Amino acid sequence: MGILEVKDVNKRFGGLKALSEVNLSVKENTCHAIIGPNGAGKSTLLNCLVGKLIPDTGSVMFDGQSVLGRTPHEINQMGISRVFQTPEIFGDLTVMENMMIPLFAKRDGAFRMHAYESVSAERALIEEAEAMLADVKMLDKRNMHSASMSRGDKRRLEMAMCLIQKPKLLLLDEPTAGMARADTNNTIDLLKEIKSKRDITIAIIEHDMHVVFSLADRITVLAQGTPLVEDTPEKIKGHPKVQEAYLGEAH
Amino acid sequence: MLGLEKKDFTLLLIVFALTMLAPFLLNPFPEGSAMAQFNAGYPDLMQRFVIFGIFAIGFNILFGLTGYLSFGHAAFLGVGSYAAVWMFKLLSMNVLPAIFLAVVMSGLFALLIGFISLRRSGIYFSILTLAFAQMMFALAYSVLTPITGGETGLQLALNDPRILGTSATATGNIPVPSLFGLEMRTTADLDLGAWGFTFNVGYYFCALVMLVAFYLSIRIFRSPFGMMLRAIKSNQQRLNYTGLNPKPYTLAAFVISGMYAGLAGALMASMDPLAGAERMFWTASGEVVLMTILGGVGTLIGPVLGAGAIKYMENIISKINSDILHTWFAFLPDGLEDFVVAMIYPFIGKGWHLTLGIIFMLVVIFLPGGLVEGGQRIARALRGRKTTDDSGKSAKTEPAE
Repeated sequence: MGILEVKDVNKRFGGLKALSEVNLSVKENTCHAIIGPNGAGKSTLLNCLVGKLIPDTGSVMFDGQSVLGRTPHEINQMGISRVFQTPEIFGDLTVMENMMIPLFAKRDGAFRMHAYESVSAERALIEEAEAMLADVKMLDKRNMHSASMSRGDKRRLEMAMCLIQKPKLLLLDEPTAGMARADTNNTIDLLKEIKSKRDITIAIIEHDMHVVFSLADRITVLAQGTPLVEDTPEKIKGHPKVQEAYLGEAH
Repeated sequence: MLGLEKKDFTLLLIVFALTMLAPFLLNPFPEGSAMAQFNAGYPDLMQRFVIFGIFAIGFNILFGLTGYLSFGHAAFLGVGSYAAVWMFKLLSMNVLPAIFLAVVMSGLFALLIGFISLRRSGIYFSILTLAFAQMMFALAYSVLTPITGGETGLQLALNDPRILGTSATATGNIPVPSLFGLEMRTTADLDLGAWGFTFNVGYYFCALVMLVAFYLSIRIFRSPFGMMLRAIKSNQQRLNYTGLNPKPYTLAAFVISGMYAGLAGALMASMDPLAGAERMFWTASGEVVLMTILGGVGTLIGPVLGAGAIKYMENIISKINSDILHTWFAFLPDGLEDFVVAMIYPFIGKGWHLTLGIIFMLVVIFLPGGLVEGGQRIARALRGRKTTDDSGKSAKTEPAE
C-alpha cells in the first residue's frame, strides 16, 4: 500500500473525459513523477488530490483516509502541501511572516482566535522559521517584502513554507515551468537536497524531462486521461509507447 | 510596555497626549479674532472627532487588514445608537450598560449580516453589505417605528420607565446620560487672556474609550490573528493550501469591526440621547470608507486622522459663508474682491463636499497611503535622506526584531 492511493478515478467536464480509470499508487518516501503531454489530465488529477475538484467516481485515499469531499485546508491539515506552478506566496507580507503563517496553521489548526497575543512573542516558532530560512539560504532576506523578490526566491520561499509544515506528501505542480536553465538546475538541487535530508514523499507533475529523470524514483505517464505506463526512469526512457505518446513529440 | 513594542507604544503615547490636550491644541486662535472660526476645540466637535475615530479604527480592522470593503457599516452604528437609547429609556442613564448592550447587539447583527455577506467577496460583498444596510435603514424608517421612532427618531421621554433611575429629575426635566452620576454634558471653562478653553466630561470619556479601542486595534494588528487577516488580503489561495480556513477569520474581523461601530453609535447616543435612522443611511457608510482611505488604509493611526480631517472640514469649512469671504478679501479692489469671492464660494459652506472631493482625489492619486504616507514623506524629507524602505508603513509588522 502506498501513502497515496488513487483508485478508478473518473472526471468529466461536460463532453470531455479528462480522467478515465486512473489508478496510481505513491509509495512512502519516494519521488513519484507524473508526466504526459498537454491535456493529458495531469493538472486535473492534481486538483482531485488537493480538494479543488471532486472526481465523478473512484476513490483517493491518503494515509488511510479518504480525501474526497474535504476542502483544501482540511487536506493540508492531513499532511499534504502543494507547490504551485507560479509561486503562490503572501506578497504583501515579509519573508518571515510568510514562514510564520504555515507554522501557526500547523500548531493551531485551521482557525484559532488569537487576537490579543503578539506574533513577536512566539519565540519558538520564530526560531523554527529562522532555521528553515537558513536551510534554504534565505535568512538574509527575512525582512524583505516578499513580492519584490525574484521568481527563483519566491519559489524557494514557497517550498520552505510547505516544508516547514513537515508534510507527509509534497505535491509539486510543474515547479520549473517558465524557468531559465540555471534556475531549473537550482530547483533540482534544492529538491534533491530536500529528498536526501528528510523523510518525505514527493509527487511531481512536470513537463521538463531533465527534471523528471534527475529526481523521480517512479514515473507514471499519463495520456488522454489514462495512465499509459508506470515504471522506473530507466525503463520509461526506452519505452516505445512513451516515445510515441510524449517524448517523440516535443523532446 | 503594555505588551506593545516600543514603536507602537510611542504611537499610543502620542495619541494619548494629543487626545488629552485636544481642548488646547484645537483652540490655537484667540477668541474674537478673525481666525477664531478655525478653532475646533468645542465639546460637540471634539466628541465627534473621537467617536468617528473609533468607527474608523474598527472599519480599518476589516477593510485595512482583510481588504473586504463593507459599504454598510453605518447599520451597526445605528444599531448601537438605538440599543443605547433603549437602555437609557428602560434601565438607567448610566452610559456603561448602554454601551454594553450596544456592543453586544451590533456584534449579533454583524454576525448575521457577515455570515451571509461573506459568502461572496469583492464587489459582490460590498453590494450585499450595502443592501443589508439600506434594508435596515428602510425598516428603521418605516415598519419598525415602534422600536426606532421612525422619522422623528428615538428620543427620551418624561414617562420612560427607567428601572434603575428616575423618570424625571426633581425639576421635572428628562435626566441626562452620566457615568455614575458624573453628567456627560458637564463642562469646565478656562480663560487665559484672550484664549478660552473648554473641558467636557463627555469628550474625555469618549477619548478614553477611543484610547482603549486604539490599544486593542494595535494588539489585533500585531497578533497572529491580524497577520492571518493580512494574509487573506494578500493571497487566499495560498492560505487555503496552507491549512487555514479564511472564513472564520474574515467573519471574526467583520464582527469585531461591527462591534467598534456599535460602540461608536452608543457613544453618540451617550453624548446626545437620541437615535435616528439617518445614521444608517448609505452616505454614513460611505463616509467611514472615505475617512479610512483619506487617512491611510491598513495603517494604525490613519483612520483616526481621516476621521478628524473629514469632521473638521464638515464643521469648519461648511461654516464659512460669503460675508466672511468678503471680510477676508476686503483689502482687494472692489471688482477683484467680488471675483475672488465668487471663485472660492463654491468650495465653502454647503460646497464643502466639493472641497472634500478634490482633496480625496488628490490623496488617492498622489498619496495612495493616505495622510499617513504624506506624513512619512514629510518626515523623510526633513530627515534629509531618501530611503526606498516601504516597510515604514505602520501596518507592516515584523514577527521578529
